Amino acid sequence: MTEMKTSISGAKLAPGSNLKKLSAKASAQQRTSWYLVSPLVMVLGFFLVLPILTIVIVSFWDYNDYNFFPAFVFENYAYLLTSPVTLATYLKTFKFMILVWIFCTTIGFTIAYFLAFHVRTLPMQITLFLICTVPFWTSNIIRMISWIPFLGRNGLANSALINTGVIDQPLDWLLFSDFAVVLAFVHLYCLFMVVPVFNTMMRIDKSLIEAARDAGASNFQILTNVIIPLTKPGIMIGSIFVVTLVMGDFITVRFMSGGQSASVGRVISNEIALLQYPAAAASAVVLLITVLIMIGIMMRFVDIRKEL
Amino acid sequence: MTKGKNKSTIGRRSILKGAAATAGVALGAGAITGFPTIWAQNIKNVTLRQFGTGVSNLNDVATKVKEDLGFTLQMTALDSDSVTQRAATQPKSFDIADIEYWICKKVWGAGNLQAMDTSKIKNYDKIVGTFRSGKLTPESVIAQGTAPHTVGFVEGPGGKKFVDNESGWMTLIPTIYNADTLGIRPDLIGRPIDSWAELLNPEFKGKASILDISSIGIMDAAMVCEAMGEVKYGDKGNMTKEEIDKTIAIFIEAKQSGQFRAFWKSFDESVNLMASGEVVIQSMWSPAITAVRSKGIPCVYQPLKEGYRSWGGGLGLSSNLSGIELDAAYEYINWYLDGWVGGYLMRQGYYSAVPETSKNFMSEDEWGYWFEGKAAKGEIKSPQGNVLEKAGAVRDGGSFYDRMGAVACWNSVMDENRHMVRKWNEFIAA
Repeated sequence: MTEMKTSISGAKLAPGSNLKKLSAKASAQQRTSWYLVSPLVMVLGFFLVLPILTIVIVSFWDYNDYNFFPAFVFENYAYLLTSPVTLATYLKTFKFMILVWIFCTTIGFTIAYFLAFHVRTLPMQITLFLICTVPFWTSNIIRMISWIPFLGRNGLANSALINTGVIDQPLDWLLFSDFAVVLAFVHLYCLFMVVPVFNTMMRIDKSLIEAARDAGASNFQILTNVIIPLTKPGIMIGSIFVVTLVMGDFITVRFMSGGQSASVGRVISNEIALLQYPAAAASAVVLLITVLIMIGIMMRFVDIRKEL
Repeated sequence: MTKGKNKSTIGRRSILKGAAATAGVALGAGAITGFPTIWAQNIKNVTLRQFGTGVSNLNDVATKVKEDLGFTLQMTALDSDSVTQRAATQPKSFDIADIEYWICKKVWGAGNLQAMDTSKIKNYDKIVGTFRSGKLTPESVIAQGTAPHTVGFVEGPGGKKFVDNESGWMTLIPTIYNADTLGIRPDLIGRPIDSWAELLNPEFKGKASILDISSIGIMDAAMVCEAMGEVKYGDKGNMTKEEIDKTIAIFIEAKQSGQFRAFWKSFDESVNLMASGEVVIQSMWSPAITAVRSKGIPCVYQPLKEGYRSWGGGLGLSSNLSGIELDAAYEYINWYLDGWVGGYLMRQGYYSAVPETSKNFMSEDEWGYWFEGKAAKGEIKSPQGNVLEKAGAVRDGGSFYDRMGAVACWNSVMDENRHMVRKWNEFIAA
């Protein structure tokens, strides 16, 4: 923007005016734009770039039982990248991520579709949307932990199933299993998919759907040819939320799997707990790179900036 | 990640706030009983900041300190990982560290704690032998692991190296300790259990649990493997890489065949697992058993033939303490060993470092039940007044000498700690 302005004003002044004046003015404008941008640069610098740089630096340090100290060792990375634990935890984390993404997208899209196209009036849409957010007024830890008594061996779900005669033995896989982890994740993060998808759906010009219908498209064709393509940016934003939240999580996996499943986040939190900060930093750097690559790939599918 | 981090900070902060508030509420104009000193007036302005695990960081203690000694004690309760972290990395944040002996071994080298002059400790001679010579009775055999006396003394003030004799400079003043074993649900098992090996018995498939704190979990695992006859250990408290690998391999196999229902990390998780019946046999801590029982659910802290895994904690002084604060800290430690706290903790099922002074603060029946392993004559109540046991009940494992005399291993840090932690992570991720 600023550059463009400068060049325009520059073009106007160019014939007849002397170059000195021009450059002085340009540099003054440049300075203003630097001033304007500096708060943001400082905020991002202090709170984003600096901490990440620190983490990257510390990841090369060495440590003992109670301390970590400056060094330049690759041991942290060497162990991390060759250990079977890393591979196992990443595979597990990806598995959670993909399952959660599939469920969140399906459920989130359906809810948003219902709100946007089936509910007729705006006040009703807003009311129902707010109802969706009600569970989020409590802490996500509470929402997660409340599943535990529900799913347990003697929990509500099992007793209900036994009482109705569907099963004779309590189902053990309901709690402290991958099922429980995915269930809790979907419950926790579904709204992060609903919101952006609903938002993009609401901005779809209704006349497009009318036009499609006039042209003889069936409901399904409207969905696949009009609504889904136009909702893609919303789905993508929701996906980024879901993917990053699941990749970085450690507490849900710990509680819902009964500590039996590892995720990348849990490994990092264990390392921090054991004062192995450099190892934790190395794990964090690898996780950050992995997530950035994943987001990079997702961005290839949809150009969010263009679509918004 | 960031989200989680924030949460833990909030948790810690609210605990801090809570502790500060309680300390503030602690009234009592400071009737200085029993400790008249010249600086009695100044000491009222002293505030000592103590942190430690929840077991002994009790607000009742802070209230009583204000009452008896006149100064303010601020308590912060954290989990054992955070305790280690703070003792090692934030020396300015505390005056008194209430830590376990194995944590002491880990963090003493960081230089954040100062050794204590035992000549200033009034009841030093009455501290049980376990913490001085290492022997409970002259005939005792010293157990494996980080036995408290091995990290209990340094060569002098400012000393960094542990010495194997009573040098007069103590690292931690022992406060509480106990002997841990497996907790079981006798109603759901229905047969006697007498060996650590039962934890991996296929009979309890999907109903067993072990704690996921690597340094303690590995010891329980070793007790199990040794009892099964699968692994022979030179020293369970300081295993070789090979021993660690073998132990973990056995546990990974058990995990993959579905032996474990869950792993627990915090006290209340273990209580919930047991009380809900998700788990019928697991590593457990004494007060957790009490908590399950107080819900009316049968739960036994099962003595096992291979012996107990024991732990001990103590108070360490920050190296930043000097002058009147240091005097106050010594005063506090002397008061701590004087019996009131000991009695309080023993009525929760722990042992005090100086049992004979604690006796003065317990009823004869309480002393008989908790310490001597005798059948209770009346109701046994917790310090808060809840009924824990009815008349006729006998403590699991019996008397103090039966229990502390059968310690097979102390909680410890190994030389191969880094390797052990990595293998433990493999177990969790398997």
